[in-house]
Amino acid sequence: MIAAIAFYLLATVAIGAAFMVVASRNPVHSVMFLILTFFSAAGLFILMGAEFLALLLVMVYVGAVAVLFLFVVMMLDVDFAELKKGFLSYAPMGSIVAAILLLQMITLGAAYFSDGGRPLVDPDPEMTNLEAFGAVLYTEYAGAFEAAGFILLVAMVGAIVLTLREREGVRRQDAVKQMSRTREDGVELVDIEPGQGLG
Amino acid sequence: MVIGLSHYLIVAAVLFIIGVFGIFVNRKNVIVILMCVELILLAVNINFVAFSAHMPEMPGVNPIDGQIFALFILTVAAAEAAVGLAILVVYFRNRGNIEVEDADLMKG
Repeated sequence: MIAAIAFYLLATVAIGAAFMVVASRNPVHSVMFLILTFFSAAGLFILMGAEFLALLLVMVYVGAVAVLFLFVVMMLDVDFAELKKGFLSYAPMGSIVAAILLLQMITLGAAYFSDGGRPLVDPDPEMTNLEAFGAVLYTEYAGAFEAAGFILLVAMVGAIVLTLREREGVRRQDAVKQMSRTREDGVELVDIEPGQGLG
Repeated sequence: MVIGLSHYLIVAAVLFIIGVFGIFVNRKNVIVILMCVELILLAVNINFVAFSAHMPEMPGVNPIDGQIFALFILTVAAAEAAVGLAILVVYFRNRGNIEVEDADLMKG
């Protein structure tokens, strides 16, 4: 019963927040609603018994990708009129999102512990979700796991290469140039006549 | 009131539709389009996890495979977000705006 309530709450919020991502005029609000959508989806994952993926979704999306989006939205000086009003104008929207998140967490906790802490979906009794992941991820899917690591590496290097720019007039240390200096290049002995100085 | 496979599939379908709808509606803002792509990938992930959770017991079939796939989709989605946003930053530096309609540099 309470699991059904949790499902309907999470699903409704996920869909509503996803719609607000699309409909919102302000991109910062869009990012906040994206966070709400992913958080609700993580709740749905927990209801389905995929705890590991749920926590991963919260970590990767709410923790990393959403912050990346926020950085880019705020860094690009696009002419969003609202973007310039300062951070405090986002407080109402932020608090609404935070309140819904809190409500969801309370509902999920109530659903989880309503039957004395029993998981909502009967998991494999001799294996937790994380153990089931580990049993196949590093054996059967080891190649794909390596490939995923390479994809992340390529994405990281690619993002750095794309956004790195050489500015004009920045003094940099050139180690090779420093190392290849000889005494003859660096020091010059000049015989100065008294009272004349260096021409 | 038993929540079954079809409930989750409906949620995923609605999320997917919203994502596709958003790509068509937001012609001004590339950032929102990237977010819509993330929504679409999330819908796919929900489908994978739902099928994984409701898989009947069969010999030689491991139900966790669907969640492994969702993990890899998550990886690729994160990489895609990073590279996409980097391209967006470079594009903004070159053009001064991020309107999709102005993005016609490659048009012959």
